[in-house]
Amino acid sequence: MIALLLRDLRLAMRAGGGFGLGLAFFLIVVTLVPFGVGPQGGLLATIAPGILWLGALLACLLSLDRILALDWEDGSLDLLATAPLPMEAVVSVKALAHWLTTGLPLVLATPVFGLLLSLPSKGYAPLLLSLLLGTPALSVIGTFGAALTVGLKRGGLLLSLLVLPLYVPTLIFGAEMARRGVDGLDYSTPLLMVAGITCGTIALLPFASAAVLRVNLR
Amino acid sequence: MNLNRLWEYANPKKFIETTDRVLPAVSVLAVLCLVVGLAWGFFFTPDDYRQGSTVKIIYIHVPSALMAINAWLMMLVTSLVWIVRRHHVSALAARAAAPVGMVMTVIALLTGAIWGQPMWGTWWAWDPRLTSFLILFLFYLGYIALWEAIENDDTAADLTSILCLVGSVFALLSRYAVNFWNQGLHQGASLSLDKEENVADVFYYPLLVAIAGFVLLFVALVLLRTRTEIRARRMRALLARERMG
Repeated sequence: MIALLLRDLRLAMRAGGGFGLGLAFFLIVVTLVPFGVGPQGGLLATIAPGILWLGALLACLLSLDRILALDWEDGSLDLLATAPLPMEAVVSVKALAHWLTTGLPLVLATPVFGLLLSLPSKGYAPLLLSLLLGTPALSVIGTFGAALTVGLKRGGLLLSLLVLPLYVPTLIFGAEMARRGVDGLDYSTPLLMVAGITCGTIALLPFASAAVLRVNLR
Repeated sequence: MNLNRLWEYANPKKFIETTDRVLPAVSVLAVLCLVVGLAWGFFFTPDDYRQGSTVKIIYIHVPSALMAINAWLMMLVTSLVWIVRRHHVSALAARAAAPVGMVMTVIALLTGAIWGQPMWGTWWAWDPRLTSFLILFLFYLGYIALWEAIENDDTAADLTSILCLVGSVFALLSRYAVNFWNQGLHQGASLSLDKEENVADVFYYPLLVAIAGFVLLFVALVLLRTRTEIRARRMRALLARERMG
């Protein structure tokens, strides 16, 4: 498992792996928002949590088809399927690698982007916490979507159509938590909900992803 | 009744034979209930004292909303049957129900908007019920798109049924998440089995007939579409055999 994780991480880091593309996309979204809504600090501060969450979600979505598509094309997915490692573990590792290369950098970069959107200082901790708790769920759900569409020639758009509705609960609770933090309200309920969604998806969704992948490899 | 007899209808031939007999009756009943329920509701009930004649859209709005959810439930059951027992008719029925359910969702959203304009003063509000119906519509869209995208029939049936299971969990989750996210503008349920007060009787009985009409219409459409799918598949098989021979 560790070998597979290291392999995926190395592939993502090297040239052509697309590491940092998600970050760059995130930066562009954050840069474009003030052009769209105007540069007033007050307005930006109110919508900053939502924008940062949406940006992270879209950046995550953008890199989803890379999770499995390359391994599918060069046949290493077939090898993994015949390896003694269970499929559930394979998809879990894939999701973890995706989170480490996409979700975690986004979370770490968020304070800087928050600065650009004049996020109030008391909003940083809850926003970071909500992203840290929520982005693993995005990666796990995304892996399920990637497994569904892996065999398709033009799966990219379909992948977004399938995955985005599944992202709704995570986004609602995550953004709500960040918003409450900015307003100085108590945010323990949405925090527990985000954590619950993430734990639930990590525990259960790999079984669905593995089942889907087995069908696709048949 | 012995439950095992139910599985006989999983045989496509038996299914077609049975629906040959059932379908005309169901269709006639559906039309009858719809005509009676809607005519009764539209022309023979009084106007509401606050809502005026706009209240009459309830005879389309409530049944279609009901069927939009029940269609997804039916797809969930048939998907489970496909995964567990691998009856092709079951997978085809799920496929046949999806577009019907999606149209019901659209009807519920549209009639709601038409009613909301004079009553709430807005076509659309981000109310939990409205929002969760929009999300339900997106789920239908993704489900149908996945069916269309995959060429191999069995693979498509497998993938869509798993998507239906996972989607059901997330749809439920979204339902409660949007409740948490925004306060509601929509009124409570118009009818429920365990409540003392429902809609007033004058509106209630035509509404029940209209609901029965929508249920029968749904059953008739799903049976019809499933038969079409079975026959289309049989025709493809025959054509393939001819090419080979």
